[in-house]
Amino acid sequence: MAEKSGAEILVQTLLDLGVDTVFGYPGGAVLPIYDALYDHPKIKHILVRHEQAATHAAEGYARSTGKPGVVLVTSGPGATNAVTGITDALMDSIPMVVITGQVATNLIGSDAFQEADTVGITRHCTKHNYLVKQPSDLAGVLTEAFHIATQGRPGPVVVDIPKNVQVAEAEFRSHNGKINPRYQPQIDGDFKAINEAAEMIMQAKAPILYTGGGIINSGPKASETLCQLAELLGAPVTSTLMGLGAFPASSEQWLGMLGMHGTFEANMAMNRADLVVCLGARFDDRITGRIDAFSPNSKKIHVDIDRSSVNKTIRVDLPVIGDVGRVMEQLLAVLKGRKFNAPDYEEWWARIKGWRATNCLAYPESKTEIMPQEAIRKLWEATHERDPIITTEVGQHQMWAAQHFDFEKPNKWLTSGGLGTMGYGLPAAIGAQLGDPDALVIDIAGEASIQMNIQELGTASQYRLPVKIFILNNEYMGMVRQWQELTYESRYSNSYSDSLPDFIKLAESYGWTGILIEDPSDLEAGINKMIETDGPVLVDCRVAKLANCFPMIPSGAAHTEMLLTPEDVKGTMDDNAKALV
Amino acid sequence: MHIKEEKVERHVLAVLVDNEAGILARIAGMFTARGYNIESLTVADISADHAISRITIATNGPPHVIEQIIAQLDRLVPVHSVRDLTEAGPHVQRELALVKVSGKGENRIEAMRLADVYRARVVDATTESFVFEITGAPDKIQTFVGLMREVGLVEVGRTGVVAIGRGPDAA
Repeated sequence: MAEKSGAEILVQTLLDLGVDTVFGYPGGAVLPIYDALYDHPKIKHILVRHEQAATHAAEGYARSTGKPGVVLVTSGPGATNAVTGITDALMDSIPMVVITGQVATNLIGSDAFQEADTVGITRHCTKHNYLVKQPSDLAGVLTEAFHIATQGRPGPVVVDIPKNVQVAEAEFRSHNGKINPRYQPQIDGDFKAINEAAEMIMQAKAPILYTGGGIINSGPKASETLCQLAELLGAPVTSTLMGLGAFPASSEQWLGMLGMHGTFEANMAMNRADLVVCLGARFDDRITGRIDAFSPNSKKIHVDIDRSSVNKTIRVDLPVIGDVGRVMEQLLAVLKGRKFNAPDYEEWWARIKGWRATNCLAYPESKTEIMPQEAIRKLWEATHERDPIITTEVGQHQMWAAQHFDFEKPNKWLTSGGLGTMGYGLPAAIGAQLGDPDALVIDIAGEASIQMNIQELGTASQYRLPVKIFILNNEYMGMVRQWQELTYESRYSNSYSDSLPDFIKLAESYGWTGILIEDPSDLEAGINKMIETDGPVLVDCRVAKLANCFPMIPSGAAHTEMLLTPEDVKGTMDDNAKALV
Repeated sequence: MHIKEEKVERHVLAVLVDNEAGILARIAGMFTARGYNIESLTVADISADHAISRITIATNGPPHVIEQIIAQLDRLVPVHSVRDLTEAGPHVQRELALVKVSGKGENRIEAMRLADVYRARVVDATTESFVFEITGAPDKIQTFVGLMREVGLVEVGRTGVVAIGRGPDAA
């Protein structure tokens, strides 16, 4: 058998694994791999402007297509710049394989040029990581890396490859399709547990389905199964930030998102339910509010593929370990087998109707200023029929988008939930656009967040990606300012976005179209112009500067203690609440 | 505002792992990253083909934390199995210590006498020192070392706990 270089083996294995897109940035320690890529035009390499953006673009690609995102960066700063995106993918369970160059094996530990202990640094922000010391190990390691990244609870895997391993030769044996026996997560739920879950559902008088990103990760079929399950049960459905789109927002059973900036009805229903069925969510602190006051009178079923998510923050009555899509199918089969006919939960829905009547997402109207919520609503009205993919940065604009942009399908909402990474949205939009070139992809951004990866305007230009950026520009790091208003008596320490660039000129200098919207009467026309303009467009939408995101559960408070309007704000908080993030 | 501490219990875990580079850092680092305690940790290759190591971890924490520790260990890719020996029932815990005492006269005689009572063996002796080897459950070692402090302890080395379940079956 002919020998191949490590770099050749790597590229060949990527092709065998079906990889067609790689996000990366070259450097000294990956030159052999880049040279091998030169001969393989089948793999499209997207040259980003910063390695962090490569990871977020890979996340955007993965979340919108369901395929793993692949990143290629050099040693040292290439790898450390990628750490934020790797951590982001770990927190949000996104399948990603990151290939990092490393100094030659004989130089490891010598503080060589551009050396960093990449496996050490990424050990706890990856699902798994490797340092490959022999080219003969490469094919096997990469195959296992893709298996681990995509199976079970998805996550990022780092493969660190020293430069001499890329150059050295070994016999190449394809591992294509070979499943690794040492990592086999449980897919089917335990039959006894499923039966018990069915029993609990049949006895419930006020059940609620609390869904999360696990359903999206399980694949589009899981979203369909969720709809069937919800239909059979006739119960209300709420979701975490990560799970938006798994259940259609147009459904009568949809309560909206729950948690810190969730709807009043979703949070009240969680609090008063007698059965919470948690499907692929993890009782995050943004969801639960005060732990000891979280859904105090309910029995809880928790379906999760990751056993460590069970009983981590909230004790549950019945854990079901398995793929949430598969478990829902099993549950449906059992309920149907038992001829389950859901009661109409008349009293339960009557109470929900009462909570809905507060109309908690209402916002003050203005003729002189553009209300940010109004801008999102108008954006939805103008685009929803095209099934757009929405990405966001992190902050108020993200929460307003989650509240006011209604999603009907999975894989259309890409946002940094767990890690809350500002600068996520633009590269994620680039990745999503590459995954679906015909889609309308919009990054809903804030003027502060967008500056964290603004250099990626160039990447979109280079690959002629028609992504749209819609900046809600209020000249503040709005969420920071909102918390300072709530907690620190409006002492706005360093939350003003001073010295902003002229976003229009900035966009134009990268070959983008820039649109400024300042007046409420121009809002619709501006949005339409954005959609109709070919190629990438940046919209600088100047919104009301001091608008806050409501409703809100202040930190340390219970679901029943929501602030619904600015009038509920006290401006101070005790130390226990201040200490919570 | 004050930070509250919860009541903790001690558990001994037996963890079978792939014998690969970085595995110890992965396990120990997971404990630090998530704020768990390690009382002692021992690791050695135990299979004929050197593919599997057994790590014995003595840890402590409130019950819900112990449950998390096990789940977090179990999800690491190179981890084959995690057994909570404390939870599983009767098991044997053993630790080895080397204890050096120096002195002359009455202290020296007393050290020797105590060593005899505790079934510690002399593995090195000079006219003014002994090195004792003692094996036993951790509290026995603890007690012995405590007694030696009073009769001229100068140095002690402990292996940390290894443990195994009672009865004919593998854990």
